[in-house]
Amino acid sequence: MPEVFVEKIKDFAEGDRRIVFHDGSEIGVFHWQGEFYAYENLCVHQGGPCCEGVIMHKVEDVLGPDKIWLGQKFSADEAHFVCPWHGYEYDIKTGECAGNRSLRLKSYQLVRRGADLYVVTG
Amino acid sequence: MELQPNDFRRMSVEEFDTTKLLAHAARQAKERGYDRFPIVDVDSHHYENESMPEILDYLDDPVLKQLALAGSRPNAKNARILNTMVGYQDMGGRIPRYGLRNLEKTPPGKHQRDSALTKRWMDAVGVDIAVMFPTPMLALGVHPQVEVEIALSRAYNRWLCERILAHEPRLVSMLYLPFNDPDATYAFVKEFGEKKGVVGFLITSTRYKPVHANQYMKTYALLEEMGLPIAFHGSYHWHDQAQGMLNRFISVHALGFVWYNMIHLANWIINGLPERFPKLKVLWLESGLAWVPFMMQRFDNEYMMRTSEAPELKKLPSDYMRDMYFASQPMEITDHGLLKETMRVINAETQVLYSSDYPHWDFDLPSTIYDLPFLSDTAKRNILGGNAIRLFNLKVGAEKLAQMV
Repeated sequence: MPEVFVEKIKDFAEGDRRIVFHDGSEIGVFHWQGEFYAYENLCVHQGGPCCEGVIMHKVEDVLGPDKIWLGQKFSADEAHFVCPWHGYEYDIKTGECAGNRSLRLKSYQLVRRGADLYVVTG
Repeated sequence: MELQPNDFRRMSVEEFDTTKLLAHAARQAKERGYDRFPIVDVDSHHYENESMPEILDYLDDPVLKQLALAGSRPNAKNARILNTMVGYQDMGGRIPRYGLRNLEKTPPGKHQRDSALTKRWMDAVGVDIAVMFPTPMLALGVHPQVEVEIALSRAYNRWLCERILAHEPRLVSMLYLPFNDPDATYAFVKEFGEKKGVVGFLITSTRYKPVHANQYMKTYALLEEMGLPIAFHGSYHWHDQAQGMLNRFISVHALGFVWYNMIHLANWIINGLPERFPKLKVLWLESGLAWVPFMMQRFDNEYMMRTSEAPELKKLPSDYMRDMYFASQPMEITDHGLLKETMRVINAETQVLYSSDYPHWDFDLPSTIYDLPFLSDTAKRNILGGNAIRLFNLKVGAEKLAQMV
């Protein structure tokens, strides 16, 4: 299957992303916590450029032992990229839609060839 | 500009371009062949606060003008003439176009920015004609000073007519009515009703005035005589006592945008206004569609038991609702079965008008209509443009006006 060059790994900073265009498709590639993830840049909602939005950690309510609400925090573990059109949030590590986990973006395999990162399209 | 997506992350952005943001929308427009038929967007917005110094120039009252100008200066701190509301439309920066608007470059010229920005997204999306409305002024109906609602909306209407509508055939509007003052409301229809680009009049729904009050009948009669529709534009109101019980924006937005339209629709029908003004067309904006079957069922059921309380009605409440027009946005799209039934009972093919609400955070692209598998091609074209063209008597030729990218 065709492989498309994404970036030289040393130039792909942690927390950064690239958008790769290939044969009419757009693929968003993320470098997150030492791993690379690639998803189709097409929001399940209305087709927006979901991989191009801000990255925000998941918001969590903080409850006390008696179930009272104490406030909110950002998750230490789960981060989302957010479609800039309407705010659909996607788990960076899985491409699942945070609001409905049965919806997910098409994911792509990534391959390192020496110092270079490639995405396997198709 | 630095965005702050998190408590510990920063994101630097140096430019913003609507055409780039909407590149996928442009692709959709091309793939779906929107160049084959006209698309009219009956509810879109600009941010009139960005043109406030120009608008304030149209204020007649010199004292109010001085107050307003002083309040609009960058160092004016809390002093301002326009009432504001707590809101989180941009979701803490998740919708970056809110914060980045000021970075977008437009051609020079005093009134060019609003028109340029609006046509930029219209061209990307494939919209030929847009009905343009203000944004902060949607809350003017709960301004504590009625005289400010009148003065500011008159200045805005004059500015809009002279600076935008007179020059842009692709932009039209339903002009703001200062509904808290019935006499001024009537006067506005007389003053602006025949201006170029004015296709009707707007009542911002967030207010506490009953539509059936006697003082408004002369305005409805005039609108009917002039053949101009009236629209009610929903909006939330977090200072409302009931809505104030909602602690998250999602809740006050979901309910608030339907809240006042439900009340106005109930009053409009139960007080027999469709019978008194049968030719006056009424539109309901930015409440989506799901509320309408609820209103139909609820009021038909109650009317059959309480017929004496709506003596002017000659048919069921739902029948009157089926004569009205409903803008599609924000269309509730998570259940196609329910949506199909909704569209059936409200006669969507002739009564629903596509709206985007762009650039607001919950805008809808034409694909929300075009991609519905249960609508015929005729229904899609009607909803996307045909119904609005007939309703507003728009002159649209065969040539596509949108410069599709």
